[in-house]
Amino acid sequence: MKIFLNLLKSPSFLIGISLFFLTICFAVFFPFFYHIDVRTMGVPMTPPCREHWLGTNHLGIDMISLLVRGLRSSLYVGFLAGIMATIVGTLLGVYAGFKGGWQDEVITLITNIFVVIPQFVVLVLISASMKEGRSLTLIAIIIAFTSWTWSARAVRAQSSSLKSRDHIALARVNGNGTLKIVLYQILPYLLSYVFMVFIIQTASGIISESCISMIGLGPYDTVSLGTILNEAMRNEALSDGAWWAFVPATVLISVIVFAFYVINTSMEGVFNPRLRK
Amino acid sequence: MFRNHPTARYILTRGGWYFLTFLVAVTINFFLPRLGPSNPVDIILAKAGGVSDNATRQKEESYLKEFGLAEVDKSGNVLRDAKDAPVRTSAWKQFGNYIFMSLKGDLGTSFMSYPKKVTEIIKTAVPWTIALQLPAILLAWIVGNVLGALAAYRRGIFDKVFFPLALGANSIPFFAFGMLLVYLLGILWPIFPAVGGYDGGLNPSFSLIFFGSVMYHYILPFMSLFIIFTGGQAIGMRSMCIYELGTDYVKYAKWLGISESKVLFYMFRNAMLPQLTGLALSLGVMIGGALITEMIFSYPGIGMAVLSAIQNNDYPLIQGCTLLITVSVLIANFTVDILIGFLDPRVKAGRGVK
Repeated sequence: MKIFLNLLKSPSFLIGISLFFLTICFAVFFPFFYHIDVRTMGVPMTPPCREHWLGTNHLGIDMISLLVRGLRSSLYVGFLAGIMATIVGTLLGVYAGFKGGWQDEVITLITNIFVVIPQFVVLVLISASMKEGRSLTLIAIIIAFTSWTWSARAVRAQSSSLKSRDHIALARVNGNGTLKIVLYQILPYLLSYVFMVFIIQTASGIISESCISMIGLGPYDTVSLGTILNEAMRNEALSDGAWWAFVPATVLISVIVFAFYVINTSMEGVFNPRLRK
Repeated sequence: MFRNHPTARYILTRGGWYFLTFLVAVTINFFLPRLGPSNPVDIILAKAGGVSDNATRQKEESYLKEFGLAEVDKSGNVLRDAKDAPVRTSAWKQFGNYIFMSLKGDLGTSFMSYPKKVTEIIKTAVPWTIALQLPAILLAWIVGNVLGALAAYRRGIFDKVFFPLALGANSIPFFAFGMLLVYLLGILWPIFPAVGGYDGGLNPSFSLIFFGSVMYHYILPFMSLFIIFTGGQAIGMRSMCIYELGTDYVKYAKWLGISESKVLFYMFRNAMLPQLTGLALSLGVMIGGALITEMIFSYPGIGMAVLSAIQNNDYPLIQGCTLLITVSVLIANFTVDILIGFLDPRVKAGRGVK
């Protein structure tokens, strides 16, 4: 508990967490103050004005309502992919690191292979074969499928270093099974580490989603921050100087990812005493 | 056999490793696009079935033959079943065919610019991509490491300014930064050209004017990759060096009064190795990000080829590009691994690294 209080003393953690809550508030509460529906069509490509605070896109849809929706889907994909990749990666990583033997060899082999094969390639190949029916959930699953190996690798290295500790041997002598030892003796030690892995996985999930949406392989029926950028690119918003069509979305993505990274580094500083001044 | 040559043994085991990874990558490259409900093979086969118009029929059949999707009889006609649908070749036979063709350097024919070969399209795009990405990654690695080590060593005001900047650069997605750069320096204050690899009015040639135009168009995409990469590398090096600073040998060296630059050099050398491993691990992500940056700048490289292939459902071109990207990432990784083999004293001493 004390360590979490230490976390609250770290200024970079406070910056990160407040940026994160600000974006959450924007996604959740902003529509209560700003009543413009996504379905109402205005004048296409209106610059920001009193009616549309951030202008409209090429179809005349209000940008702020689009951004709110896009932010929601991006957060959904990011968290879902992050949770899945972290759970699968942690379980397999702990299992491999603790068990050793051929199970370890197989899991290490798979993770080593998939760390080298670029994620971008696998994402493009899978998404391209699913032209129809790419929902947000499916995209999150695809991203998790390509990224769990990172968490497995990281967690495996940590748990295999824990294996030879005395309290594990003691638990063994007391007749505890592997599952019980993993749950009660290993996972608690790894918790802060796993949480940091989860933060990074979620941040990279948000980036991956916007990457595949940018190249036109995004969700087919919803708006995400990536599809907003894709539409802006396809409709020449860049060369027309229609900054409101893409700058807010890029800033939003950057702010969320920045918040996650700052939280991660500040946690590293608190949990890893070596990095303290 | 190589008991006395740890470096040779290291290179051989790594080589075997990468060959295995290569096999997996080729298999993935073939089977993944065929898994989905709207996979290209089904679409082409469905198109070729039950066509009455003779001209279309011939065109579709030529596709089937060329991609080896349907069984062909001895005289070269596509076999058809009772419902007039072409008889499909088994996936394994297609896979064998694909491997055989790829080994011959034939990646098939593009759909969108038929009858242009995929290899032809890739050949014109590759030099652009290499010229953009290789210097960006190498320079960023060097500059990032030097800056990161300095920030860790000096701390103080330099670190206070530098670290948030590097963290910011590291957490802005490639494409976001690229788009902002295009808008700010290409459109709002048009200092640099916003899109393309050279002036649209020029024909690619070995003239001075063309070269100048290429360099002028090069600056913006290069900067957008370089800055982001540098930030990422610097952060890694900074925390590596902070760790090294706490070790006994640095304290001892400082206590002995060895000059600052010499201590910095020792520290740098020790922190380099993990950084090199880090580079190997992040190469795939870097190249993926750089490809998307190419798309934003409409830079005539592989990234643009992938983008237009995706937009036009040009599956042979998609597969050709992904295969090429994977193989280049594997080769780059292998090179870094070999370098580590020569630099790592543990490999030299023959204890081996895991």
